[in-house]
Amino acid sequence: MSDSVAVVATHAVPAHHEELGFWRTYVFSTDHKMIGRQFLFLGFFMLVLGGLMAMMIRWELAWPETAVPGLRWLPEPYAYEGIIPPQTYNMLFTIHATLMIFFVVMPIMVGCFGNFLIPLMIGARDMAFPTLNMLSFWVGLLAGLVMLAGFFVPGGHAAAGWTAYAPLSAKAAYTGVNWGQNLWIISLLILGVSSLMGSINYITTIVNMRAPGMSYFRMPLIIWSLFITAVLLLLALPVLTAALAMLLFDRALGTSFFLPEGGGEPLLWQHLFWFFGHPEVYVLVLPAMGATSDILSTFSRKPVFGYHAMAFSMIAIAFLSWIVWGHHMFVSGMNPLMGTAFMMSTMVIAIPSAIKTFNWLGTLWRGSIRFTSPMLFALGFVSNFLIGGLSGIFMASTPVDIFIHDTYYIVAHFHYVVAGIIFALFASVYYWFPKMFGRMMNEPLAKIHFVLTYIFFNATFFPMHILGVGGHMRRIYNPTQYDFLHPLQPINVFITVSALLLGLSQITFVTNFFWSLFGGKKAERNPWKANTLEWAAPSPPPHGNFDALPVVYRGPYEYSSPEVEEDYLPQNQPLVGQSSVARPH
Amino acid sequence: MMSWLPENVSTFGGEIDSLFYLIYYITGAVFILVTVLMILFLVLYRHREGRRATYSHGNTALEITWTVIPAVILLVLSFMSVSSWGRIKAHAPPADFQVQVTAKQFNWEIVYPGPDGKFGTADDFQIDNDLHVPVNKVVHVHLKSKDVIHSFFLPNLRLKQDAVPGRDILVWFEATKPGKYELPCAELCGFGHSGMRGWLYVDTPEESEKWVKENWPQQ
Repeated sequence: MSDSVAVVATHAVPAHHEELGFWRTYVFSTDHKMIGRQFLFLGFFMLVLGGLMAMMIRWELAWPETAVPGLRWLPEPYAYEGIIPPQTYNMLFTIHATLMIFFVVMPIMVGCFGNFLIPLMIGARDMAFPTLNMLSFWVGLLAGLVMLAGFFVPGGHAAAGWTAYAPLSAKAAYTGVNWGQNLWIISLLILGVSSLMGSINYITTIVNMRAPGMSYFRMPLIIWSLFITAVLLLLALPVLTAALAMLLFDRALGTSFFLPEGGGEPLLWQHLFWFFGHPEVYVLVLPAMGATSDILSTFSRKPVFGYHAMAFSMIAIAFLSWIVWGHHMFVSGMNPLMGTAFMMSTMVIAIPSAIKTFNWLGTLWRGSIRFTSPMLFALGFVSNFLIGGLSGIFMASTPVDIFIHDTYYIVAHFHYVVAGIIFALFASVYYWFPKMFGRMMNEPLAKIHFVLTYIFFNATFFPMHILGVGGHMRRIYNPTQYDFLHPLQPINVFITVSALLLGLSQITFVTNFFWSLFGGKKAERNPWKANTLEWAAPSPPPHGNFDALPVVYRGPYEYSSPEVEEDYLPQNQPLVGQSSVARPH
Repeated sequence: MMSWLPENVSTFGGEIDSLFYLIYYITGAVFILVTVLMILFLVLYRHREGRRATYSHGNTALEITWTVIPAVILLVLSFMSVSSWGRIKAHAPPADFQVQVTAKQFNWEIVYPGPDGKFGTADDFQIDNDLHVPVNKVVHVHLKSKDVIHSFFLPNLRLKQDAVPGRDILVWFEATKPGKYELPCAELCGFGHSGMRGWLYVDTPEESEKWVKENWPQQ
């Protein structure tokens, strides 16, 4: 990618538009900002469902085979007098993970912030394909409805784990689940279409519609991250789609892609699934890293440390993510030589992650740090990602992984990485809420939210490392069935209490969000005194976003520049005698 | 945290544990370093009236340093892991004792070759969930599955291997201490996954002889 002058947006959008009715404004909207908000609400709704499932899972692990308070209304065979049976437990962790990954983090970090921010931050009036964008949301919502429908079919929902390992997932007889698993597959096939439409739109928009002067290396890092994410989705999803179709054929048409008795190969599913699944992890975490970089820079009042290294390390992560999938399969029966190769690539992918962490530290160094709520959550993300990244090194080492594979050590690790994204998610909501809804959120309440969430998140997930070191397996319904896990049971109780408190702490966020939506202080254009283009638009931006299309004069992180008296210098603010042409770096 | 590791009773377990400890110390040091620096920066560089942030876009020498150091550490860890991995996985020592373990929903079906030492003959001895092996002998387990993927997990031997339908996977271990150890399934295998477990009995020569006499068909 060159540093040349960015391509000027070629397609014309009328600056003045006719008034649209209720349906076209709020429901079948083609405005990227409304679609972004729709994705946000979809994600929040699913977050509540996925979170409640987590609470039920935790209850079962702490006090196995006792009635969950408030669940006596659940009909048999989902629960018996409020007691969750093993089959329901398996459904719960399967759907908890599926919802959190595909219907919470993806809709919010990619769907909501991708849609809302890309045009605003590159200085465009909308996405390249507004109708496709609308379709992407509605198809995504359909996928969500199909996923939830799985609870209402005979046999219940998919219970083979979110990884749906064949043959367990490939034959109804093995789990006793027939249509639940089919709907799970169909839902993800539909969601794949939604994500493809989104990613094509993101890529096209970023390549073609950057404002004059917005060269690739003047783009904010969150835009870089969303760009790379879109490329990953575009290339990874077809593999999942193919694998899901094969699985559905195995179940419904009697093919035997993954069934050995018909000449199939169970490990083929794992290869295909993780070939998608590992890039998917970075689909989830890259936008969180991008948002964190932007927010750290804004509130340190200092340029991002090593902007180019940050962009290139994300590109490196994206490429490497294609060749590390085998580290999920060290004990699967795959040839040990392949284990060695995948260990090497996995160790290599730790390097760009380390670079990012150190550069975040470098950004804080000699800054002038404002502890606003977005900043606190961004710092929380860094601190959790640090733990999640370091714990990953254990499982990268093949001999160590023999022991910790499929234990709570893995559960701890991926919650520090993937559930840790919630910190970047909250940081982003608190940061862009003024732009999105035109009002400020309540800052003291937000800080209380941070403190509670940070404490209880760590109290919930850190002790899981200890369980894992003790050998506690994943996905078991009742740990007290095992003699060697008895000494660990108090830790399970501690985790569950922390998890319940973590869930309750979110009431502060829900209250703040909805109260601020209607009663928050009106936001000015640039409440955080930030540099990027979205803050040049009104809050909230009208249809078409900008009064006049912005011209970009510099990179996104010119904080505390000696050229001006204020400690920020917006990308679109001309200095005397400056042209918009990008200078070579 | 590492004191929670179950007691190790296998020949290669110590090797896995020392790698585990090594990575624990390295990552622990990095964690402390980064966290202390972060807290230090947050305190030192908090916003104060009249002080402006330093206008800096980075420092190439620093960035190269913190790229190269982790790279070297990871490279060393990789090579150490490769040699252990090879010893554990690639070169199984010759067997003193052989057994077939076939996983099925939701039990371990264990077949001993019987007095003739051959599988598939009339004197084979089959039992669910009780795996008796002699202490200080190399045991070869021929691991299979009848239905879905299970995982043969011996926490005390630092051993885990998936049982994959359609495959016969060779697993080996040598237990160093007599006793009774749990053998849970570690891969989700259906509604009865939790509670699918067997027992590994590591027998002294006397116990072994007694057990064989009491259970195996006599010649």
